[in-house]
Amino acid sequence: MLWKTTEYAGWGRVHTATGQVARPERVSNLVAALKETPAPAIGMCRSYGDASLNDGGAAIDMTRLDRIIGFDPDSGTLEVEGGCQIGELARLFAPRGWLPAVMPGTGFATVAGCIANDVHGKNHHGNGSFGQHVISLVLMTPSGKKVIGPKKSAKLFQATVGGLGQTGIIVSVKLQMLPCKGDVMMVTERRAESYEDFLTLLDNSTATYSVGWIDATAKGNNLGRGILEEAETGSGLMPAQKKPKSVPFNAPAFALSKPIVKAFNAAYYRRVPESGRTSVKPINDFFFPLDAIHDWNKLYGKRGFHQFQCVVPIEKAAALREMLELIARSGLASPLAVLKRMGAGRAGNMSFPMEGYTLAVDFPNRPQAEILISRLEEMTQLAGGRLYLAKDSLATGARIKSMYPEHAAWVDEVEKADPEGQFATDLIRRLDLRTTL
Amino acid sequence: MMQSWIILGATSSMARAFGRAVAERGDAVFFAGRDMDDLKRSATDSAVRGARVAEPVFFDARKPESFSAIYDRVSAEEGIINVAVFVGSMPPQDAIDAEPSLIDGTVTDSFTGPARFLQGLASLMEERGSGTVIGVGSVAGDRGRIGNYVYGAAKAGFHTYLSGLRNRLNRSGGHVVTVKPGFVDTAMTWGIEGMFLVAPPEKVARDLLRAVDKKKNVIYTPFFWRYIMLIIRSIPEGIFKKLSV
Ligand SMILES: Cc1cc2nc3c(=O)[nH]c(=O)nc-3n(C[C@H](O)[C@H](O)[C@H](O)COP(=O)(O)OP(=O)(O)OC[C@H]3O[C@@H](n4cnc5c(N)ncnc54)[C@H](O)[C@@H]3O)c2cc1C
Ligand SMILES: NC(=O)c1ccc[n+]([C@@H]2O[C@H](COP(=O)([O-])OP(=O)(O)OC[C@H]3O[C@@H](n4cnc5c(N)ncnc54)[C@H](OP(=O)(O)O)[C@@H]3O)[C@@H](O)[C@H]2O)c1
Repeated sequence: MLWKTTEYAGWGRVHTATGQVARPERVSNLVAALKETPAPAIGMCRSYGDASLNDGGAAIDMTRLDRIIGFDPDSGTLEVEGGCQIGELARLFAPRGWLPAVMPGTGFATVAGCIANDVHGKNHHGNGSFGQHVISLVLMTPSGKKVIGPKKSAKLFQATVGGLGQTGIIVSVKLQMLPCKGDVMMVTERRAESYEDFLTLLDNSTATYSVGWIDATAKGNNLGRGILEEAETGSGLMPAQKKPKSVPFNAPAFALSKPIVKAFNAAYYRRVPESGRTSVKPINDFFFPLDAIHDWNKLYGKRGFHQFQCVVPIEKAAALREMLELIARSGLASPLAVLKRMGAGRAGNMSFPMEGYTLAVDFPNRPQAEILISRLEEMTQLAGGRLYLAKDSLATGARIKSMYPEHAAWVDEVEKADPEGQFATDLIRRLDLRTTL
Repeated sequence: MMQSWIILGATSSMARAFGRAVAERGDAVFFAGRDMDDLKRSATDSAVRGARVAEPVFFDARKPESFSAIYDRVSAEEGIINVAVFVGSMPPQDAIDAEPSLIDGTVTDSFTGPARFLQGLASLMEERGSGTVIGVGSVAGDRGRIGNYVYGAAKAGFHTYLSGLRNRLNRSGGHVVTVKPGFVDTAMTWGIEGMFLVAPPEKVARDLLRAVDKKKNVIYTPFFWRYIMLIIRSIPEGIFKKLSV
């Protein structure tokens, strides 16, 4: 049985879709499904908004095509099926001295999903985006398959990386991994007392991996305070990993109410001593801290939540400060807020990264939050920054198009690859992303 | 002691998850089935994960002439020989009602084919002393019901065969685990209506490994199916025959 009618949702659970989903377990099933009903591919649906949804249409769930199909231990090149998960690769290869070059904040993301959003990790400032480490990939459309890479069919490759699945289905990928010392992380945590302090710490950081947690409820002198985590890979013995826990039901609305978040954040901030501290952590705890609790998105209750993520150029750091003021004043933020330094590395026409600072904040789904987010989007646009489509569920097409200068080139290439629009998703339709108007 | 596993029906996602688990223990894994392109991918995956040997081998439950090449290949491996049987097919009952000859294939895939394979291998296992057979049956084999009684009958036959084989291999130090899965999230159940409490294949694979290590005889996976089936089996036939479950 190839197709199943089912309901599925983006990670924020604000957007849902109902439709026929095929879940091929082998490549020949995929070919058959594509022949029957050409449809966009979906991965682990870790995109927050509607990037992986096709309401009323069909979708091809790629998560069962998850095998390693080649590995060279000398060079660290790896070939995997598109549905292979990043965390699984880290688990298998870190003890052998290799890590996926770029890892997003969840190990559940699939390799193809990471390409389709050209994801960034905690080492973006030094190592660039996911797509920059792709040697080649196999792309399938109803008319057949093609091997493409940064040199071979370069234009199609640039439209595919960060291309939201619009050029076809990524069946398998050849990646260059990065050498690492082992499967633990040496992590240094330091307090940043204010926004200015935070920027100084970020700018002066020489660590390979760095990420800032920010207390998005702090105001006044404390505005922008948080904790900077810097890390390098290491080796040695580690206590056994804790078993993942899960959230069995939707949490009630007060769970993330203003006083609770404020109290939590203050305690979380003070957890790290004033003088900082250094510790050894299992690789997952540093890279994928939230994965320890399965389905944590249910903590936001039935209505779900939004994540706002923008990047602004270095010289517009002040705009980001204004955003933080607005967020702190609104009292709507959740404990999940991240500030990072971003490098210039990107590999596709529609890739998110630009040199600058990136801020990501979660908000429970409420009408006031939508108003706030739309204001933040406007501020991002004015600052010459960008919104991240992997997170977006509220922006308008005009705004997004103005932020992505290579959008027209992307549309051109996508039209060639998928002239009938068979890979369009809810996000593409909401933003009318496949026209230049 | 070096371990080898023959995995029959290795394209099944349950089988793949199990193959990975034993590969990560460093065992030799033979992925046996019909779709050689796909089996080759699974073998490579297992080789990278640490299998001592990982190879695809051709196996068709309906072609007993395909069996001896597999016997030959594993007997070349030193150490203990184990088999895990995941082969099975479940055509919709109404398709069988319309075309009764489908019964033959269903019974061959789910019972007599794998039984014949095991029968041919048993003496080799006896020679090597120990070794485990995992036979994946089904809760459907615990009681015949209108929805899938041909498949259920084949599985019931397989269960009985496995219990006899357990009796036999026990004499030479071998062991047989009969596995009765409830609903598992695989290609077989994708899109079938009325599924509930569907278990991921990785969970089944973990249960299988534990059952092997603990020398369990009969397991239900996930475990609560034991109780569900206890209730279903206890319904008197006079009432059961009127139900449509
Ligand atoms: C807790 C958490 C932390 C995160 N941290 C980060 C971070 O640090 N950095 C970052 O960049 N992102 C981050 N993300 C976002 C996440 O990495 C991306 O949304 C990623 O794309 C998710 O992968 P997926 O497999 O779930 O893809 P999905 O969300 O299922 O799909 C994403 C897109 O990929 C396309 N796609 C999926 N599979 C294929 C395929 N086989 N062929 C073609 N197209 C395909 C879909 O059509 C869709 O457009 C985070 C998300 C979460 C939940
Ligand atoms: N899914 C469930 O809920 C569930 C519940 C209880 C029991 N089970 C049992 O679990 C086992 C695995 O099933 P699954 O759910 O993973 O479904 P599946 O993907 O359909 O697996 C069935 C396997 O049997 C193989 N097979 C069928 N006929 C064959 C033949 N003549 N020769 C060789 N191989 C043959 C298939 O190989 P091909 O790829 O070549 O077709 C496939 O590998 C089966 O025995 C099934 O009855 C499943």
